[in-house]
Amino acid sequence: MEVLKAFPLGQYIPSNSFLHKLDAKAKIIASFWLILFIFLLRLNLSYLFILLLILLGIYISSIPFKYFLKSLKPVYFLILFTLIIHLFFGEEGGKVFWRFGIIRITELGIKMAIFMSLRLIFIVMITSLLTLTTSVLELAQALEDLLKPLAILKFPVHEFSMMMTIAIRFVPTLLDETDKIIKAQKARGAEFGKGSIVNQAKSLLPIIIPLFINAFRRANELAEAMESRCYRGAQGRTRYRNSYWSLKESLFITFIFCYSVLLLIMF
Amino acid sequence: MALISFVNVSYTYLKDTPLEKEALDSIYLDIEKGERVGIIGKTGSGKSTLIQLMGGLIYPTLGDVFIKGKNIKNWSSKELCKVIGIVFQYPEYQFFAETVFEEVAFGPHNIGIPEGKLEDCVKSALEAVGLSFYEIRDRSPFHLSGGEKRRLAIASILAMEPEVLVLDEPTANLDPKGKSEIMSYIDKWITKNERTLILVSHDLDEVIRLVTRVVVLKNGQIIFDGPSEKLFINYEKIEEAGLDIPEIVKIRKILLEKGYPVEGAFTIHEIVERILAYKGYTALWKC
Amino acid sequence: MIEVKGVNYTYQPGTIQEKVALRNINLEIPSPSFLCIVGANGSGKSTFARLINGLLIPQVGDVIVDGINTKDEDKLWEIRKNVGLVFQNPDNQIVGMTVEEDIAFGCENLGLPPKEIEERIEFALKAVGMEEYRKYPPYLLSGGQKQRVAIAGVLAMLPKYIVLDEPTTMLDPKGRKEIMEIIKNLYEKEKKTIILITHHMEEAIWAERIIVFFKGEIVAQGNPKEIFSKDELLELWGLNLPLTTRISKCLYERGFNLPHPLLSPEELALWL
Repeated sequence: MEVLKAFPLGQYIPSNSFLHKLDAKAKIIASFWLILFIFLLRLNLSYLFILLLILLGIYISSIPFKYFLKSLKPVYFLILFTLIIHLFFGEEGGKVFWRFGIIRITELGIKMAIFMSLRLIFIVMITSLLTLTTSVLELAQALEDLLKPLAILKFPVHEFSMMMTIAIRFVPTLLDETDKIIKAQKARGAEFGKGSIVNQAKSLLPIIIPLFINAFRRANELAEAMESRCYRGAQGRTRYRNSYWSLKESLFITFIFCYSVLLLIMF
Repeated sequence: MALISFVNVSYTYLKDTPLEKEALDSIYLDIEKGERVGIIGKTGSGKSTLIQLMGGLIYPTLGDVFIKGKNIKNWSSKELCKVIGIVFQYPEYQFFAETVFEEVAFGPHNIGIPEGKLEDCVKSALEAVGLSFYEIRDRSPFHLSGGEKRRLAIASILAMEPEVLVLDEPTANLDPKGKSEIMSYIDKWITKNERTLILVSHDLDEVIRLVTRVVVLKNGQIIFDGPSEKLFINYEKIEEAGLDIPEIVKIRKILLEKGYPVEGAFTIHEIVERILAYKGYTALWKC
Repeated sequence: MIEVKGVNYTYQPGTIQEKVALRNINLEIPSPSFLCIVGANGSGKSTFARLINGLLIPQVGDVIVDGINTKDEDKLWEIRKNVGLVFQNPDNQIVGMTVEEDIAFGCENLGLPPKEIEERIEFALKAVGMEEYRKYPPYLLSGGQKQRVAIAGVLAMLPKYIVLDEPTTMLDPKGRKEIMEIIKNLYEKEKKTIILITHHMEEAIWAERIIVFFKGEIVAQGNPKEIFSKDELLELWGLNLPLTTRISKCLYERGFNLPHPLLSPEELALWL
């Protein structure tokens, strides 16, 4: 139980850097734009400038570099895979260094291998910059703001974001509860993951049923508590954390935009 | 060797991470067969880690836990369930079965009690907590009252007839009547079946009625281990652990300061008698 | 003032699971005052809490808060703004992902401007002594701290009445003490009307008036001294007197010169 409690939600590392203080909407827009842009870029020296931009971002975020390396961990395999595919099964083109049946190493292959893996690394780095400097709460609220135009299409933006907020809020509680229920059933001699698939599924019922029943109970109580505090949907509701889009955010977006367009023109 | 034996046991959550937290630190603890032990300490003192270790639900980071002289790591979980029966806090939140019978029979069935004997097991377990087998067997566990749910949850462990009954805050959230009922059922079952009792709580008032030995935990260490009476005299240990001094201890303290001879008096009745005797009142009638 | 007039409440009326929770409840709660409602589990006290702020509407009788009937749907929000409700389980009443977000929740629902919400958060955090934890997520707080946040969330809406439904039942002794101190403060310093629902008689000592619920009915009311002297009846109603009171009663019956009932060990000390 304590184990699960100790895990922080998301990857957010609090600090007072420029990137931390930046409005989450600006960060989301900039990240999406950059990721899109990386796919638009031709494979050439412009990648060096993207790398520079990311390193600059990491520097001003004041978050130790090791956290960015750690965020690459889950995609190591993917990067390696991309690298190998392009390296050995790359397109024909330029000098051929080595050939054995369908396996070949070509100049273009090497180039592609490097650029494709760089592309992946960049994307992970950019998303990490976003999630390491922005709390889940800010992200959820920024998404609500960015989705607001969809309200015209009758999309329940407020309800959607309230659901997200509550879901995220209850993740640690439910993890904790799952752990407790598993231990309690084990103390009653229950065994999990043994026997045929049907038996395995059956053995999970003593965990799943209480978990659901408790979740409904919690939902009920939470609904009562929310109603007691005058909650009635988006109607007549204000927001404490209003967006604080200022000149800073506008300048940031302009800079990212100009920088990338310049790269497109130059290369 | 003792029935339960902790030898230099430490337990650390999330070892080798920045969030590392030591829950238990070099614990030595022996519990003999037939003992009644209260384990008290405030939230986060390591009480629940201790009982999870006893039940083999987690293993020590350092040191060893022995049950009947055999290292807990060598016990199969089913065999261990027959020795150590743990009733966790708010046990009614683990109900899953459609009927009371199925709920109570779950444990005994798991540890391999033959089908033919299940009914007897369930019946005697339900009766031990004052629930009527015939009236209740086919009802849904979810439709019982708060106090009945708790008793049912305890019965579901009693049905496995463990040698050691471990209870974590068995009366949490119950009203005074529900509390004293649960306590007297536990007392009766332990006495009748000659079992070992381990009662975990942060409420000393509750523990002292049922146990003869108290272990006080603070920040993962044992700061007191001895007979309950000794703890009453060394009540600073209770304060040290960050717990509330029971009212009876407060009253005894006041009386001692005023010069009343209350040594050895721990119940209301005894204390009243001492006060009256000291003031020279004759016993007119009993209260 | 809250007026409860001839209220009956039945859960799931007309079904096999029909259960009468409250019967013919009449009560006037002046403002400010400190009222304590005691009773065993299933005595109807939680139902009563939900009737006061219109979460439940009585089938018979009326609940009137400062002249507004809870049956008046259009004005229900005014009642809920005025009657804050704190529940038993601190885990299931915190909506926000951080302490400040949660305290802001009620204010946001009232449609307050951000600047005012900010001021109210500061006030509420201070009132419950949680200033340092402003940015904390709820899962890093202890039970007592979570309950303090829940109280702060209600307090920030500036209600006139605060109903607390067994706020200490799920807490450890330390948390219990913290919450009781805060409740006393709300009454004494903030001049709130407190309606504390509990089955711990020790907590009722601080109240001006105690109402005893038993099987859905009011069976006794009076100040703590009056209620605590009904020791045999209390036992019948599933309640326990503090040890001091029991000792003082024994001594009193044996002709010892002290008033009965005495409520705290300190008080007892004065007479020995």
